[in-house]
Amino acid sequence: MLDILMGSVSLGLLWAVMTIGVFITYRVLDIADLTTEGSIAMGAAIAARGITMGLNPFLSTFLALLGGMAAGLATGLLHTRLKIPALLSGILTMIALWSVNLRIMGRANISLLRMNTVFTFLEKIGLQKTYASIILGFVFVGVLVVFLYWFFGTEIGSAIRATGNNPYMVRAQGINTDTTIILGLIISNGLIALSGALIAQNQSYSDIQMGTGSIVIGLASVIIGEVLFGSRNFMGRLISLVLGAITYRIIIALVLKLGMPANDLKLFTAITVALALSLPVFQKYLTPLKRSVKGVK
Amino acid sequence: MKKIKRVLSLLLALTIILIVSGCTAGTGAKGKKAIGIIQYAEHIALDQAREGFIDALKDNGYVDGENITLDIQNAQGDQSNLSTISDRFVSNNVDLVLAIATPAAQSIAGKTSEIPILATAITDFEVARLVDSNDSPGRNVTGTTDMNPIKEQIDLLVELVPHVKRVGIIYTSGEDNSIVQANIAKEVIEDLGLSHVEVTVTNSSEIQQALESIVNQCEAIYIPTDNILASAMPNVYGVTANTKTPVICGEIGMVRKGGLASLGINYYDLGYQTGIMAIDILKGEKKPADMPVQAPADYDYAINGTIAEEFGIAIPERLQEFVFEMEE
Repeated sequence: MLDILMGSVSLGLLWAVMTIGVFITYRVLDIADLTTEGSIAMGAAIAARGITMGLNPFLSTFLALLGGMAAGLATGLLHTRLKIPALLSGILTMIALWSVNLRIMGRANISLLRMNTVFTFLEKIGLQKTYASIILGFVFVGVLVVFLYWFFGTEIGSAIRATGNNPYMVRAQGINTDTTIILGLIISNGLIALSGALIAQNQSYSDIQMGTGSIVIGLASVIIGEVLFGSRNFMGRLISLVLGAITYRIIIALVLKLGMPANDLKLFTAITVALALSLPVFQKYLTPLKRSVKGVK
Repeated sequence: MKKIKRVLSLLLALTIILIVSGCTAGTGAKGKKAIGIIQYAEHIALDQAREGFIDALKDNGYVDGENITLDIQNAQGDQSNLSTISDRFVSNNVDLVLAIATPAAQSIAGKTSEIPILATAITDFEVARLVDSNDSPGRNVTGTTDMNPIKEQIDLLVELVPHVKRVGIIYTSGEDNSIVQANIAKEVIEDLGLSHVEVTVTNSSEIQQALESIVNQCEAIYIPTDNILASAMPNVYGVTANTKTPVICGEIGMVRKGGLASLGINYYDLGYQTGIMAIDILKGEKKPADMPVQAPADYDYAINGTIAEEFGIAIPERLQEFVFEMEE
């Protein structure tokens, strides 16, 4: 039973990297960026191709990060230079990435079974796969959270954050919002591709259809994190995203665990997520009830 | 402080629910063999393979709830769910796993090198790195392949449409199985001295226009086993009916829904064949490492009589017995 919980935590940590990426566009820049579905598969594709070509898995993972950044740059240029609405820019890059990813992989599915991945060196010292991925996921997420906390405190980082809040104000300060938007998209998609690379190595294959539905998972994780663990300071917000991603995975494990009829899986996932999200509302109703009970005493 | 408390209590609650539900739905029943079935998506061929597997067990005295417990899980096409399902099987330490379709098999094979895994609806076990070699898998995975008899299917196409000069091929660019088959089909077609024109789609909304772009350039169309096209056969029929272009499909299910003919795998039989392999493992007589990957025992013809009549296709005498009428 602990295994399943640990499985959720390990998968959740890897998806947390992607959740942070989605957070940067969706919350910080205030853009719904659909590049995500393509860039997560792109990360998986680059890492898988690199590893099967015999490259070091960490180098392959790093290349995946760069690939995702390039995808973010493409969306950013479409949006700022060619003045295509953000939503459409993301969709265009996502569509284009389907072909690009097929080119990268050379086929639609690459198996990484028994290949040397970033997790292998931890498994070699006797760790179970799940724990290896928890440790590595924790390191990646930890470094990321600290780095992003620092970065979004710098001048350019603050400018990116301000862009999403009030672009007019930012421009009035003499900052080019096009640059900040492009930067934000580059960082976001780089992280999403990094996440895709890690997920592919964890699940031991990369598949062209891997991105399908990922934006929904990312958004759900962001919102679950905010609603359940939300906080006002930026560090707290970053941590809430990680917890949100893990909670989402626990919810999925729970729904599977309950032994629902297979066809109802999606419905029950939606219901459970909706319940988790509406907890604060229920709490609001419960609090005055408690008070009135106390009042009677 | 209050916030931390709330968060902690919530996490605790989730954990408890997980553990309690684990105790009730778990597979810990004494003396019963636990079998986990992990299926990639809801799809008629995959569903039939699953039913065939379960029936093979039943016919040999392994009945769900009596002496085995079946834990049937379907990822509904979401690959991240495959990971969670695999974790569940490994954690429950089931006695055997049936994996249906390639991503499902790769997912569970990546999580355990001990639990015996039978996989079905896999085009190429070696390319998917599930086995060392098809003849001697050498690990905890074996099963049945659904590699199509493509050569025979193209021969059937030529037999039914003797005047064919150019064959149209349509498939999904995102399905590895389809790409492999399309490439083989192209070779076979060229070996017969015919030419081909191909078009690919990425989702079902593109099928109509993709087909319209090739129906006038060819005398017959070949579609490999392809999940997206399989779901869209009524649409394929709608387009090809205008030009009366016959469609030869990779599997029989597609013929029922609007193709002209196929010589294909019966996925129920394939699943049944996999179930027979499972029995050897459950009895403890064999291990996946020593059990070669099996190809389908035989193939079925299927010819859609309704469409043959509508398109004016003459059915040779030897194939008459396989003709059926399309359900409206």
